[in-house]
Amino acid sequence: MEVPNVAEKWMGCVRKVTIGATKEQGGTRGNIVTVGGAKSIPYMDFEGEQGCKPVIAMDVLDTVPEDWPDALKEPFKDVLNSPAKWAKKCVEQYGADMVCLKLDSIHPDKGNKSAEEAVATVKSILQAVSVPLIIWGCEHNETDNAVMPKVSQAAKGERCLLAGASQDNYKIIAAVCLADGHCLVTQAPVDINIGKQVNILVSDLGFPLDRIIMFQTTGALGYGMEYVYSIQERERIAALSGDNLLGMPVICNVGYESWRAKEAKASDAEAPQWGSCVERGPMWETITAATLLQSGVDIIRMYHPKAVAAVKKFTQDLA
Amino acid sequence: MALTGLEIFKLLPKTNCKKCGRPTCLAFAMQLAQKKANLTDCPDVSEEAKNVLGAASAPPIKLITLKAGEKIFKVGEETVLYRHEEKFHNPTGVGVTIRDDLDGGAFSERLKKIDGLKFTRVGTEIGIDIIAVQNMSKNVEKFSSATKMVADNSHLALILMSDSVENMRSALDVCGNKRPLLWSANAQNYEGMARLAKEKNCPLIVSAPRLEELADLTEKIKSLGVSEMILDYNSARLKDVLQGLTKVRRAALKKNFRPLGFSTITYVKENDGYQEIIKASTYLAKYAGIVVLDVCEPWQIMPLLTVRQNIFTDPQKPVQVEPKLYQVGQANENSPLLFTTNFSLTYYTVEGEVEASRTPAYILAVDTEGTSVLTAYSGDKLNEKVVAKAMANAKVEEKIKHKKLIIPGLVAVMTAKLKEELGWEILVGPKEASGIPSYLRSTWS
Ligand code: SF4
Repeated sequence: MEVPNVAEKWMGCVRKVTIGATKEQGGTRGNIVTVGGAKSIPYMDFEGEQGCKPVIAMDVLDTVPEDWPDALKEPFKDVLNSPAKWAKKCVEQYGADMVCLKLDSIHPDKGNKSAEEAVATVKSILQAVSVPLIIWGCEHNETDNAVMPKVSQAAKGERCLLAGASQDNYKIIAAVCLADGHCLVTQAPVDINIGKQVNILVSDLGFPLDRIIMFQTTGALGYGMEYVYSIQERERIAALSGDNLLGMPVICNVGYESWRAKEAKASDAEAPQWGSCVERGPMWETITAATLLQSGVDIIRMYHPKAVAAVKKFTQDLA
Repeated sequence: MALTGLEIFKLLPKTNCKKCGRPTCLAFAMQLAQKKANLTDCPDVSEEAKNVLGAASAPPIKLITLKAGEKIFKVGEETVLYRHEEKFHNPTGVGVTIRDDLDGGAFSERLKKIDGLKFTRVGTEIGIDIIAVQNMSKNVEKFSSATKMVADNSHLALILMSDSVENMRSALDVCGNKRPLLWSANAQNYEGMARLAKEKNCPLIVSAPRLEELADLTEKIKSLGVSEMILDYNSARLKDVLQGLTKVRRAALKKNFRPLGFSTITYVKENDGYQEIIKASTYLAKYAGIVVLDVCEPWQIMPLLTVRQNIFTDPQKPVQVEPKLYQVGQANENSPLLFTTNFSLTYYTVEGEVEASRTPAYILAVDTEGTSVLTAYSGDKLNEKVVAKAMANAKVEEKIKHKKLIIPGLVAVMTAKLKEELGWEILVGPKEASGIPSYLRSTWS
């Protein structure tokens, strides 16, 4: 029996965004990464192209993380005090498509390190790995406004992805990203209207839409994941329906958020009924990522190599 | 497809006798089309009209019910493709398999483990729903004795998995107080299975590797008198299954295509403990009515059940935590007291940060009907009276000596009124929860 054709006809799409620049393009990256391009509901390629395969950016912190549980520290224990070595391990051993440097220690309460130190860290990572780089500020507006311009300048021409522009703090970061040729993360607190608004604000400053990646504050599995899931699903549908200002690729912060969950970080002694924490933490991260992928995600920031490997396999199966 | 008023009008007696309480048959027809009237209001309606209208008004995805004693498991009757459009109604059933060729000890051990798969999170108990007995032995006695063991010893709903009509029949005789689901009818055995399903009044799973075949089979089985079916699109490829589940859901909801107007089931078989849960979670988010797995470790099942808890949350309804005083760490009468709202996302974010600060503390979850701090404040669900009441209800005065209250930075404007109302010192905390650890470290040492 013939079954009715249920393919939707979409007029819009998610824009393609390229991160990283090779030597010929004015940078020093060995490869570049292109994300986005979907013309269908995620993975429904019977109705249109599904776009580029989602990529994984592994987080590297610029300071030794104090509060990580042992199961998470274990794979990195030899490199936690060197962001460059840490990044190298992520790329060479764990297959990260990109590295996301989180500038935690510039935060006034988390080390208050100087812009010069941040610049040195960025340079060391650019040296150590050849994949494109994401540089994430500390989300303290004044500090980011002081440090990010210097960091941006130091990585000029590398077409990094810098985070980020928010509704109440976007001018400086957008201006330096524009000047230094980087891509920009626009962020919103699980709110589709604010998400769109930030895109409008930065594009009013002349920032090109094809260099924007959207970020809705991620919620982990069990901790508000469904809110982000639905916001991202709505963003994707809006993009496909032709809303230009929501047609950007999406990034999720899965590693950090999942490992805050009790279910991920509790030790076996604290939670014997939940099974071994050696698997439980990576699984929590894996499932947060995998489920969110169904709502439309292009870049996933992750922590644990086991979770990275599992999600990579999954995205290959979906390609 | 829903009928229009005029189409319905053609089926009515057209006598305008007014017995239905409407001035004309046409007026009645229009109200029926808008679902504002009930066909039974017209005493003279023909049998034919009843059939046509009844079929047209049936839900596009058939509801299926399983019973395990008093407990009822329902699946189907979904109405939307995306949860933000309304909500998903009947949470996906999660089932775990048990093979009938396990030897006695291993069998009862596994049975016990499966039966105990429940967890408590966010104050709610979550657990699996179904146990699926597999006729791996192909042997009729083994299948029925395994089924009997399960039926007698498990509280879960039951799926019987066998291709043999004869084996299925013998297992059905020992199901006790359960109404099981039969897996499965396929192109080879559907006649026998359908007859058995009809005789025993059990719902039936229909399996095929292509949607067209599934549609053919459900029509044939329907004509044999079975209407309660679940579709098993049994491709081995992840992407095929994912697309198949979406196509079935869309065909039912968007095209009202009756041959695929059923819920779905997927059996996830993987030799990789991560991929199995990835697949199950993916199918769960994208429309599977039931997912069945071989694995059953808590670190695998708990995340899957949490995906279900998240995805099936009503997006219209804010999720709330119980409004009360929560203790984080070894808090005592000198520990800091923070308040936040009882919107669970807000509360758990604050709780997470307080934990991260390693400062033992109290958090007062104020009842704001499950709204966030700013929403509650602007809707006047959060004011000094509400906070005072929450403090009184939680008997805060008895537990905390210092009379200092840390309030969310977003509602710093409440400071003066709170001070007046409570007579406590008001400390304005950070605007974002992420600022709590450093705030507590710097102000409370
Ligand atoms: S009762 Fe039936 S026949 Fe009479 S007016 Fe109403 S619809 Fe028409």
